[in-house]
Amino acid sequence: MIGKTDTIQGRRKWLQGTMFGLFRVAALINGMALLLVVYFLVARGWRAINWTFLTQPPMDSMTKGGILPCIVGTLCLSLGAIFIALPIGVASAIYLQEYARPGRVVGMIRLGINNLAGVPSVVFGLFGLAFFVVYLKMGVSILAGSLTLAAMTLPVIIGATEEALRGVPSTYREASLGLGATKWQTIYRVVLPAALPGILTGAILGISRAAGETAPIMFTAAVFYTPSLPTSIFDEVMALPYHIYVLATAGTDIEATRPLQYGTALVLIVLVLGLNLVAIIYRSRLRKNR
Amino acid sequence: MSTKDLNFYYGESQALYSISLAFEIKQVTALIGPSGCGKSTLLRCLNRMNDLIPYSRAEGGVFLDGEDIYDPSVDVVALRRHVGMVFQKPNPFPKTIFENVAYGLRVNGIKDKTFLRDRVETSLKQAALWDEVKDRLHNSALGLSGGQQQRLCIARALAVEPEVVLMDEPASALDPIATQKIEDLIHELKTTYTIIIVTHNMQQAARVSDVTAFFYLGKLIETGKTESIFTRPRLKETSDYITGRFG
Repeated sequence: MIGKTDTIQGRRKWLQGTMFGLFRVAALINGMALLLVVYFLVARGWRAINWTFLTQPPMDSMTKGGILPCIVGTLCLSLGAIFIALPIGVASAIYLQEYARPGRVVGMIRLGINNLAGVPSVVFGLFGLAFFVVYLKMGVSILAGSLTLAAMTLPVIIGATEEALRGVPSTYREASLGLGATKWQTIYRVVLPAALPGILTGAILGISRAAGETAPIMFTAAVFYTPSLPTSIFDEVMALPYHIYVLATAGTDIEATRPLQYGTALVLIVLVLGLNLVAIIYRSRLRKNR
Repeated sequence: MSTKDLNFYYGESQALYSISLAFEIKQVTALIGPSGCGKSTLLRCLNRMNDLIPYSRAEGGVFLDGEDIYDPSVDVVALRRHVGMVFQKPNPFPKTIFENVAYGLRVNGIKDKTFLRDRVETSLKQAALWDEVKDRLHNSALGLSGGQQQRLCIARALAVEPEVVLMDEPASALDPIATQKIEDLIHELKTTYTIIIVTHNMQQAARVSDVTAFFYLGKLIETGKTESIFTRPRLKETSDYITGRFG
């Protein structure tokens, strides 16, 4: 009897060990993938990065010089997108989660948002071209690009915000309403502050996506080459992801500009990381303050 | 405060059947009964907290100072200022101790700093918490122990000066010493407030309340002075429940 139990115990232990091992390998593959990407970018790109690269426009048919207009353009586009998408996304999530009564209308809106999340980014680009650039006569501009990117990041932000709102204990809401607060006061003073770290996570995800996308800005905001920095939201800009794409596929000398391509990619990654870091630091400070 | 022929429904299922019950001013009324008997539902009808539950509805009347609180002309937000509530689990906001107590005043538009400070101090004193927190009013309320948090929630409810305080098993998540403190507090508070408390604990009902109402399956079975309910219940169901034969 005892012997039999022991074999069963052994089998169970073996199974548990194997499964944990598999999970560990899966997690490692993830980490490795990121490390590999970063390693390649650093190994091939770091030589390209110097002061000129970061502070000058491209020169000599983009085979020399820097990528300053791309950095500025990408910053404008992704910050613009987040400034548009965050308020709309948070407001939508508040409506869906706190105000709307579950029913057919809300179901339709949810379905719409979920489908929006599944739309390929190039479709957003074409939509942006047709609607913002042509129909609303914004032209190829930061505004049109930001709006297109905003439309694309909305589902991410709405999803994250709804998740964050759901995570706020209903006892907070009850306590607040029980003290004679209105629903809006409850949301504004209790629910939103409690949900803010989660909302920021959504903003981080959104901004990372916006900064890295090529297709949505290809027809709406980004241009092949412009040496000047934008002065208004109606200017067209260069952008890091599009610049990489251009150098790698349509440049004047694709092989010679390889280091520049990797350098640009490295800058893009660092930029996204930097934007994320600001939000992450702010978020951890919020969490500490409660 | 009183109810008259109050029926309550969660969708199709009826949770309360024609409850008529008067709550004595400046007395403690205990609502007792087995789980699912409707005592918490009744409590939540008294400040219309049940309004939050979709597809629920109330019929009949609940009267506060002669006014039906379910009348369409009644402002629910104003009502809840008059009928405060303390919940089963301590639920302070993730804010400072001071801001927790000041919350009800702030949402009601009070900005005067001296007034806020005075009310916060008075409320914390009423809730027997002042001496423990007076040096750390601006620390997070989440750093307090469970019992302190619950007294903070009581202070928070008192700060808006309600007439009636509803307590939904206020000590069920606390240890015996913290429970003792809450019970002492209830004794103190009834000099100023009308208190209605839901409890699962028979001894607690016997210790803190003046009047006890026994509920079973959504119906009010028996009500009377706590003393007589516990020593000479009129009905068999009541005596079975309080002696622990069922429930």
